[in-house]
Amino acid sequence: MTTLTHSWFMTTRHLRNLARQPWWIAITLVQPVIWLLLFGAVFKATADIPGFAADSYIDYLTPGIVVMTAAFAGGWAGMGVIEDLNRGVIDRFLVSPVARQALISGRLTQLGIVSLIQSLIVITLGLLAGAHFPGGATGLAVLVVASALLGASLGALSNGMALLARKEETVIAASNFILLPLTFLSSAFMQRNLVPGWIQSVARYNPVEWTVQAGREALTATPDWSLVLSRLGLLVALTVACTWLATRAFHTYQRAV
Amino acid sequence: MQTSATIEARDLTKTYKDVRALDGLGFAVEAGTVFGLLGPNGAGKSTTVKILTTLTRPDSGQASVAGVDVLRHPDRVRRAIGLVAQRSGVDLEATGRENLTLQGQVYGLRGAELRSRVEELLERFGLAEAADRVDRGYSGGMQRRLDIAMGLIHRPQVLFLDEPTTGLDPEVRADMWAEIAHLSGAEGLTILLTTHYLEEADRLAGRLAIVDRGRVVAEGSPDELKGQLRGDAIQVELGDPEPDGRAHAALDRVPGIWEVTIEGRSLRARTGNGSAVVPSVLQALEAGGLRVASVTIARPSLDDVYLRHTGRSLARTEEKA
Repeated sequence: MTTLTHSWFMTTRHLRNLARQPWWIAITLVQPVIWLLLFGAVFKATADIPGFAADSYIDYLTPGIVVMTAAFAGGWAGMGVIEDLNRGVIDRFLVSPVARQALISGRLTQLGIVSLIQSLIVITLGLLAGAHFPGGATGLAVLVVASALLGASLGALSNGMALLARKEETVIAASNFILLPLTFLSSAFMQRNLVPGWIQSVARYNPVEWTVQAGREALTATPDWSLVLSRLGLLVALTVACTWLATRAFHTYQRAV
Repeated sequence: MQTSATIEARDLTKTYKDVRALDGLGFAVEAGTVFGLLGPNGAGKSTTVKILTTLTRPDSGQASVAGVDVLRHPDRVRRAIGLVAQRSGVDLEATGRENLTLQGQVYGLRGAELRSRVEELLERFGLAEAADRVDRGYSGGMQRRLDIAMGLIHRPQVLFLDEPTTGLDPEVRADMWAEIAHLSGAEGLTILLTTHYLEEADRLAGRLAIVDRGRVVAEGSPDELKGQLRGDAIQVELGDPEPDGRAHAALDRVPGIWEVTIEGRSLRARTGNGSAVVPSVLQALEAGGLRVASVTIARPSLDDVYLRHTGRSLARTEEKA
């Protein structure tokens, strides 16, 4: 109970602080829109490739951009931890009776809320651009939930890494190094059977791919629910594991300071 | 750990990579007093505060705060203490009121009780007008006052002040001193203060420990410590740096002075009768071919105590830093 209440206090703090940064809000909202329009234009001809199942590339791309947006938001989340570390805010909380887990889950909840808003904007824009989602509202809900889980697990990892490294540069380097390959080693932009075999093999262990699979499958006219649920299950397990790891990182941090 | 003292540290050691930050440090603080840890940056003061406030753990040693073992029951210690850290801890994107409110929530304050406590502290620390402004726009002194208010929100028994006036203007520093004196006097708080300002330690601390390289090298009230030094301090500034020990040799021949130390251009010695010995000191130095820029005589200061125990002057260590 205390953990939940404390998490909510922290979530409120993070949301309020974000709301005070208009430039950050503008960029966060505009970025996925740019991705959608840019990737949609560049890869438009993909839909003409023989064997490509979707009718138009925007049908295929929209869920991909939703997932990519959540992955990137999560991957960069550690920067907020670095800022709080530098200002002594984390140390202040660590010598107070605050639930350690709330310091992580408060951030992840904020991340989830922002990612929900971003997803809705991308989906709306996709629909305006003529995308069709036979899976309807249920399918879209699965896509949004799966993406939020992906964002939360990568966000937890990013937070944990920030606590261990304590350096802005490390978080920037790691995010740059990991996020783009992770996105492209999945079927976010290209159908699975059209990419080389080794990418298909690697993708099986890629949480971005789990998210894409769950979302796209749920958006088909007749979803294979066992596939959807198994991927959602993997994402839930991953989120729990990553959150636990990030909370453990406080112990390592406290030994080092 | 059984103890009557409000804060007790025993044989604390801690090593960071290959740096020995604490090397058997220990002291005890009586309830309701202000205890100072005096030493230069890097002496181990902040590490001690981090251990006593449960932020980190020592490699070995024991500590208790408010009668509770810091290593065994950190959660109970956290409820009894307030911390004003060297590096602040204020959320700059939030307002003063929001910072205080969140801090209170974390300690379990809710509703009307929380609101009135926040209001009371804003009022008391002169932040009422700025309460709804984002802290990024606060002056250094306002931020410091907010830090203290946040440390007090849950009415702790023990308050830790880690370098509370570093980086503040002299005027603001004087206000802060008055505030700290008030906290211990009128409110009966036990305060552990770390500082590298001699004057601050002298003025605020009822007792203090001089910390050097992770150990306590001397402990007592400021007057006791100064009283242990016999006689006046005589300080001579040379016109040129003295490379070859000539000054030392020259002063060794002067009767009635002792404890001669030389750092750069500055000679220090102790003497039973300051003004009487000045002519012979000047004579001896001139005879040694050394140009004298100035001479001062003073009653023993805490810096003399520090010099006596560490072989270095704290005031000079800080100038170089």
